[in-house]
Amino acid sequence: MTANRLAESLLALSQQEELADLPKDYLLSESEDEGDNDGERKHQKLLEAISSLDGKNRRKLAERSEASLKVSEFNVSSEGEKLVLADLLEPVKTSSSLATVKKQLSRVKSKKTVELPLNKEEIERIHREVAFNKTAQVLSKWDPVVLKNRQAEQLVFPLEKEEPAIAPIEHVLSGWKARTPLEQEIFNLLHKNKQPVTDPLLTPVEKASLRAMSLEEAKMRRAELQRARALQSYYEAKARREKKIKSKKYHKVVKKGKAKKALKEFEQLRKVNPAAALEELEKIEKARMMERMSLKHQNSGKWAKSKAIMAKYDLEARQAMQEQLSKNKELTQKLQVASESEEEEGGTEDVEELLVPDVVNEVQMNADGPNPWMLRSCTSDTKEAATQEDPEQLPELEAHGVSESEGEERPVAEEEILLREFEERRSLRKRSELSQDAEPAGSQETKDSGSQEVLSELRVLSQKLKENHQSRKQKASSEGTIPQVQREEPAPEEEEPLLLQRPERVQTLEELEELGKEECFQNKELPRPVLEGQQSERTPNNRPDAPKEKKKKEQMIDLQNLLTTQSPSVKSLAVPTIEELEDEEERNHRQMIKEAFAGDDVIRDFLKEKREAVEASKPKDVDLTLPGWGEWGGVGLKPSAKKRRRFLIKAPEGPPRKDKNLPNVIINEKRNIHAAAHQVRVLPYPFTHHWQFERTIQTPIGSTWNTQRAFQKLTTPKVVTKPGHIINPIKAEDVGYRSSSRSDLSVIQRNPKRITTRHKKQLKKCSVD
Amino acid sequence: METAPKPGKDVPPKKDKLQTKRKKPREWKNPESQRGLSGAQDPFPGPAPVPVEVVQKFCRIDKSRKLPHSKAKTRSRLEVAEAEEEETSIKAARSEQLLAEEPGFLEGEDGEDTAKICQADIVEAVDIASAAKHFDLNLRQFGPYRLNYSRTGRHLAFGGRRGHVAALDWVTKKLMCEINVMEAVRDIRFLHSEALLAVAQNRWLHIYDNQGIELHCIRRCDRVTRLEFLPFHFLLATASETGFLTYLDVSVGKIVAALNARAGRLDVMSQNPYNAVIHLGHSNGTVSLWSPAMKEPLAKILCHRGGVRAVAVDSTGTYMATSGLDHQLKIFDLRGTYQPLSTRTLPHGAGHLAFSQRGLLVAGMGDVVNIWAGQGKASPPSLEQPYLTHRLSGPVHGLQFCPFEDVLGVGHTGGITSMLVPGAGEPNFDGLESNPYRSRKQRQEWEVKALLEKVPAELICLDPRALAEVDVISLEQGKKEQIERLGYDPQAKAPFQPKPKQKGRSSTASLVKRKRKVMDEEHRDKVRQSLQQQHHKEAKAKPTGARPSALDRFVR
Repeated sequence: MTANRLAESLLALSQQEELADLPKDYLLSESEDEGDNDGERKHQKLLEAISSLDGKNRRKLAERSEASLKVSEFNVSSEGEKLVLADLLEPVKTSSSLATVKKQLSRVKSKKTVELPLNKEEIERIHREVAFNKTAQVLSKWDPVVLKNRQAEQLVFPLEKEEPAIAPIEHVLSGWKARTPLEQEIFNLLHKNKQPVTDPLLTPVEKASLRAMSLEEAKMRRAELQRARALQSYYEAKARREKKIKSKKYHKVVKKGKAKKALKEFEQLRKVNPAAALEELEKIEKARMMERMSLKHQNSGKWAKSKAIMAKYDLEARQAMQEQLSKNKELTQKLQVASESEEEEGGTEDVEELLVPDVVNEVQMNADGPNPWMLRSCTSDTKEAATQEDPEQLPELEAHGVSESEGEERPVAEEEILLREFEERRSLRKRSELSQDAEPAGSQETKDSGSQEVLSELRVLSQKLKENHQSRKQKASSEGTIPQVQREEPAPEEEEPLLLQRPERVQTLEELEELGKEECFQNKELPRPVLEGQQSERTPNNRPDAPKEKKKKEQMIDLQNLLTTQSPSVKSLAVPTIEELEDEEERNHRQMIKEAFAGDDVIRDFLKEKREAVEASKPKDVDLTLPGWGEWGGVGLKPSAKKRRRFLIKAPEGPPRKDKNLPNVIINEKRNIHAAAHQVRVLPYPFTHHWQFERTIQTPIGSTWNTQRAFQKLTTPKVVTKPGHIINPIKAEDVGYRSSSRSDLSVIQRNPKRITTRHKKQLKKCSVD
Repeated sequence: METAPKPGKDVPPKKDKLQTKRKKPREWKNPESQRGLSGAQDPFPGPAPVPVEVVQKFCRIDKSRKLPHSKAKTRSRLEVAEAEEEETSIKAARSEQLLAEEPGFLEGEDGEDTAKICQADIVEAVDIASAAKHFDLNLRQFGPYRLNYSRTGRHLAFGGRRGHVAALDWVTKKLMCEINVMEAVRDIRFLHSEALLAVAQNRWLHIYDNQGIELHCIRRCDRVTRLEFLPFHFLLATASETGFLTYLDVSVGKIVAALNARAGRLDVMSQNPYNAVIHLGHSNGTVSLWSPAMKEPLAKILCHRGGVRAVAVDSTGTYMATSGLDHQLKIFDLRGTYQPLSTRTLPHGAGHLAFSQRGLLVAGMGDVVNIWAGQGKASPPSLEQPYLTHRLSGPVHGLQFCPFEDVLGVGHTGGITSMLVPGAGEPNFDGLESNPYRSRKQRQEWEVKALLEKVPAELICLDPRALAEVDVISLEQGKKEQIERLGYDPQAKAPFQPKPKQKGRSSTASLVKRKRKVMDEEHRDKVRQSLQQQHHKEAKAKPTGARPSALDRFVR
């Protein structure tokens, strides 16, 4: 095979050669002086061809194959073989004398032509850039120093610090001798007891005890420590490995095993050490509490939510969710320790409730911001108790509720209510008489009576206006027993005097409208007067069929209510002595009427004042209408509504007033320009928002608010200089650098490579440009 | 892996709750340095731990407000400020531990009412020194007395309606001066120190020194009914019959402001020690709050249906007690809401009210004084049960708790009574600020310092912390002017410019796309924010009150 191929190729070659020879012959015929060489050359070529057959570098010689007209002795054709310098040198016979020339030639050839030098500006620019980079690098080492100094709380100049030479106390003591007799005596004593004197650190005994740990012991301990450390690392590695296992089944099994083990251990613990078991139980309880607080396993987490979506389609997800829920249930389930304790708890609760008057609870709630749910649950129990305690109070309460509701919704019931009020007043009157009788006794009752005296008298007076005296006396005997029961009840149950009530009722709607204008509707967050809540709570309970509207209206903060809320009267031990006057009642009567009617004016005036203040503080609209412009003008003619609307520029609504929801307050919204002059009005540099800056100046720095140390620290000057000392520029050594800035340059020179490569790059870049 | 403690060393120190980070490693590194001379080790090394709650009390930075995103430089400043605050508050809390004195108290046995305990019982129970603080001055001749204790609580000045004026060191009972001004005395008050005494007489305001020598007669303050002295501002506030509230700067003798209250005769006045705002009570049931910087009242509160008879503000400026002609005693919250916290009807109504340093409230009703106490220092007095009661020989005309003492001074028609009220006074005094035991020299030194630290009158405002806020209105005005001046907003956020990218990715289309992306993102943020705000609004607007009921739908 190979032989065949060889032969073929040879054949082809010979043909080619023949073809190629044609023009050559033609050429040669022209140059006859080389004709004799022809045969020899051909032979040479053949030899070459044959020799190149086996090698891969078969070279094809470019040979002219077609005739050219351009060929002449005066003209060199561009086509054909290129003449190389070496060809000229090549002698017919190889001679060694030309070798040096050849070498020189090759050297010349290897060298490229020198590029044009850059122009002056560019060179300068490059130099500048390089110089800049160099110096920037040199200077950049100062950056941390500068930053540190800028952020430093305090800078002390001159920088070099002299180390205070503090001699250790032993050295000081060693040079000291006991001179006075007392000192000598003391030293004698010390010496006797082998107490350290000159090197007063340790007594010999203490030293010995310190040295007690021998080398072996230390070694052993070290080994032990090493082992423990190794073990720990093993365990850690193991735990990590196990944690990485993805199999759910495996984890499930492990978990189950753990649970079983824990249970077993707990059982054992219970047998061996019940106290510890109890503790364990407590821990579980704690976990439950934590769970209850955090609701971690509820379906509220991110994971749980995603699972919930999946659960429809994926059985596994469903199972996971159920598992989580069961876990939650398990964790939140209360442990049933003993049923008795629960009972006890209930019992104590009751007791507590009995002990603590509901008024106290209410006050707290008001202070915290009322929580209606809490309120209800809290008071409902007490309400029941109250109802059980004195059923006689019920009608009174009812009446009270209706009167409070300040509505005319139930005109039918009004008569009934009035009747009840009278009844109650009668009872009170009776009570006051009783108490007046009892006053000289000076016991617990007197203090009650003293406070109630006034109220009852008010009632009497109002009664006088309305009713005859006869019926009162009739009833008095029948209700003689009530007072004692009622006295135990706190004052809220007492009826509001009719006089105080009457004028309001006429006005309430009016006032309500006014309030509505002020938009001070029910704002629950405001602390309400103590008793209001209680009353509102009581009414629905006693009258389950009472309409809902009533309650709603009561929720509103009403100025009237704010001021007229019934407050429990104070039980005081000492009652101020009053000069006994015969017409005391009469005088009181007049005064009370005056006060009652004065109050209404007060509220109306205040509301009016507030409205005016609000109006005054509102930004004014600008009216630009020109009467008579574009239409008829004159006396009695007004510009049309359209025009007015067109040319009225409405002022932008300002921020809501601070007292918007406070009916009983007018807060001045005017800016205090005198104080504003002292406030900061330009934001300092690094801050972008005034809140940020405010935060930095909120802590007071004065000594009134701070301890002396803190005050001194807060007011230390930023720069401290020593008078009479020269402040030299900072040196590299000062900041902890080894050498000065001059040697820094040498550092750079030491490794010029980086610079030069950079330089080269720069140059290249420039040349490309 | 615990090693047994070495024989020479003690257990490692417990970590302090609030120690700074820097201190920890030092402690662990070389316990040797803590050794004393004898080689013994401090069993409690490092500073004493302070409870977090106490520290919290001194923290003033409001961290609830979330700051907008800040640059690194700003953040570092903020961090420094916060660290400073923490450090100073820890120091303050630690120094508070040094206040060893505890307030007094009165506790009844089971079921016993403390109000039943009379002065004689208390005097019997306490030590001689304290018992000596209870005394009666029988001065029946010169009518009802007003009285005033000096700021240190050491001196007492009183003035009778019929012209009797006296000042004494009430602890030693040493009389400083006693004069009769031969004119009706309406009110009396010490100025910044016990050396000066302002007396509101029938016509004008007079100032006496501690020897009874008349120094000044201020005719611009005429027919003064009530006096109040603002110690940090050196202002004497006078309320007059003519309806003017006048502020007199006693350090320079100038009248700072004369404000017309437009509410008739003023005879109910008290100051808020927290912010130096003057509270005036009016006959129309309102209480108005005044500052010399404003011509109008800072706030007006409608408190009673009848006229206001007495006003008092507690030392923290949180609670205000008022009593009116409607026989009610109310305690208001002054922290923004101005709503009554508790209300009680008194049998006779209180004519005089006063708060003690620790928040006890006293009310004078006729010839009886009632004192109510709260749960703690910062809680309002609960009006449920009186803490103490006392009956005097005549109707009460003036009341004041003595600072730093458990003593209540009562001026009445029969003279002066000094009552013992356990738990009324602050047990720890600041020796640099108001030292009851200071000498004359110390007083003079303090006077100079106090004058140097005098607070300008115009700084009085409702919320003194507001002074530490930036004046936003001026700030915004300045910004607007700057924009106008420059023609552009230098602080405006530069619009997004996409960076050119290589390999053919910075075609015009892609640039536009990238721009659009950023714009959309910003827009989305905006929408998100507005949505959140809406949610907030809705959540707020939702009535949290009543339980929604099925019957609600029928409500019209």
